[in-house]
Amino acid sequence: METIADFEIRYSQFLDPQGQPTDTLPAFAEDPEVLRAMYASMLLARVFDTKAINLQRTGKLGTYASCLGHEASHVGIGAAMRPEDCLAPSYREYGAMLWRGVQMHEILLYWGGDERGSDFAGPRHDFPFCVPIATQCLHAAGAAMAYQLRGEPRCAVSINGDGGTSEGAFYEALNVAGAKKLPVVFMVINNKWAISVPLELQTASRTLAQKSVAAGIPGIQVDGNDVIAVRHWVERALERGRRGEGPTLIETLTYRLSDHTTADDASRYRAREEVEAARKLEPLLRLRRYMEAREWWDEAREEACRSEAIEAVDRAVERYINTPRPPVTAMFDHLFAELPPGLAAQRELAVRRATGGSR
Amino acid sequence: MATVTLIEAVTMALAHEMARDERVIVLGEDVGVNGGVFRATAGLQQRFGTDRVQDTPLAEAMIAGVSVGMAAQGMRPVAEIQFEGFIFPAVDQIVNHAARLRTRTRGRLHCPMVLRVPYGGGIHAPEHHSDSPEAMFAHMPGIRVVIPSSPARAYGLLLAAMRDPDPVIFFEPKRIYRLQKQEVPDTGEALPLDVCYTLREGDDVTVVTWGAMTYETLKAADQMAGEGVHCEVIDVATLSPLDAETIIESVEKTGRLVIVHEAPQSFGAGAEIAAVVAERALYSLRTPIRRVAGYDTIMPLFRLETEYMPGVTRVIEGIRATLED
Repeated sequence: METIADFEIRYSQFLDPQGQPTDTLPAFAEDPEVLRAMYASMLLARVFDTKAINLQRTGKLGTYASCLGHEASHVGIGAAMRPEDCLAPSYREYGAMLWRGVQMHEILLYWGGDERGSDFAGPRHDFPFCVPIATQCLHAAGAAMAYQLRGEPRCAVSINGDGGTSEGAFYEALNVAGAKKLPVVFMVINNKWAISVPLELQTASRTLAQKSVAAGIPGIQVDGNDVIAVRHWVERALERGRRGEGPTLIETLTYRLSDHTTADDASRYRAREEVEAARKLEPLLRLRRYMEAREWWDEAREEACRSEAIEAVDRAVERYINTPRPPVTAMFDHLFAELPPGLAAQRELAVRRATGGSR
Repeated sequence: MATVTLIEAVTMALAHEMARDERVIVLGEDVGVNGGVFRATAGLQQRFGTDRVQDTPLAEAMIAGVSVGMAAQGMRPVAEIQFEGFIFPAVDQIVNHAARLRTRTRGRLHCPMVLRVPYGGGIHAPEHHSDSPEAMFAHMPGIRVVIPSSPARAYGLLLAAMRDPDPVIFFEPKRIYRLQKQEVPDTGEALPLDVCYTLREGDDVTVVTWGAMTYETLKAADQMAGEGVHCEVIDVATLSPLDAETIIESVEKTGRLVIVHEAPQSFGAGAEIAAVVAERALYSLRTPIRRVAGYDTIMPLFRLETEYMPGVTRVIEGIRATLED
């Protein structure tokens, strides 16, 4: 017998949890403005997240999926993408979405039970939140196929979690992207937990990056708490896509520091010690330490940045709270381009009921 | 003027629209080099190239999901699901995404895609190749379910489906793919969706049907005419959203309603039509509504398929029984 195929999966990190460089930093990381912007974006995502959970706890928001601990993975993706690229997120990647121009009040509207939250003012072509796990991987592949057919130098990026790699749609997307050399990047945010199911019950695979091997596409594992690593490798993957070299799978290793959603209580299924250990690896602190060592950041900047974030979040909350409920006709008016005649009677009935004229 | 079968009319419509609109992309299993297992896409790849007519990996959820992605980004995918029995992995994408992308984004994104699905029994096919699952999809808001029953309607309705800004499941009755030839000029003229087609006028009984059963129903109506019974035969064509008006107007005239479909009787599309007529035209009915449908069993392998499917005899029985009620 002979070995006819083998593979290796490489791991990349630029900053360790203490903020010490462990590799030669990519060029963009030598620009303090770039690092400050990414840090500010991670901080904004965290302040937003804390506020959103408070809103849910006080009855002002529906169930909400926290992004706590994922900020580097999310902001790294957003920062690497160009505006014309297309994001197909799942439902907690606020750092990526905010970077791309989605508004905080829109995210609040979505979790506040209002479809207008997915009618992003921009980017208009991005896919909305996607709750059916990993189904969005296929939309990214399809979007990439559209760009490929039109000869546009654009890429699509899908984001799912570790649980999503067990779904058929995930494999089907990787496979077709490989077969057709599509300009798409599949991001797997490995936060170790799919609600209550730990990674070791999800798969016997040693890494999730190696799921790329069967599809014949490159895969890499990066430190998902290192925003420099995430941005760097997503940029590289997007460049490959734009050059017509096909898809890439990137697994980012991070940890879900929060409950799955506000409807979940993670203390039922995981040890506090594990969470506390993971907290020491969280992404904001290491970038802050690195920037402080380079004298690009200090307490005053931190305070200013935080106050700015709090003000922006407060403005978004106010806008969300003051947005009136959509009219009842909204249910009907976006079902099809034109309302079929048979539905007109139901629409009228709904209006009558909503305005107190029910019979 | 071309004299074509139903499946040739499908090919003609695809070719016409591909030539007219470069956003139209045909994709699916074996649709390219092979021209489709039923030959619906024969010659298209040679004419339009491998970008416009794409053979895909064998994965139905992928075919539907990639179509959603393409449609949302400005293309007009027309995907083939090889047989209706293989559409089920794609249901997630159809129901959770294609049907609701417009609603979910308040119209920011929409999903102009067509899934062509050969369906139904009667061709001595293997297992999982002969079902009629149209009612499942008709129950789902946000998608159109369109079923042609003649070459002319296949051509016109498929053109309309491809031009529609919203998703359409286009069920093609495979048993009548090559049953009849008709003169169908390749004019590019679409037929309206969301309306029933009255194929034969009559005063005694309204017979509502769609797909391959249209043939049995028209034959039955011919025979009944010999006995002096005049059937009004309505081809629903767009099952959802349903054009109830045409059916109700007819029932108000005839006072009798027979619904004929190949799919299992219970919870079928016939039940919805019966309910609508009961709600809106009960007092026009002179006799109870009757359904002539498949049994509520698993579609049998082909040695029994003609026992399962309602043929002319069963349709006539249904009409006679209704007249005698």
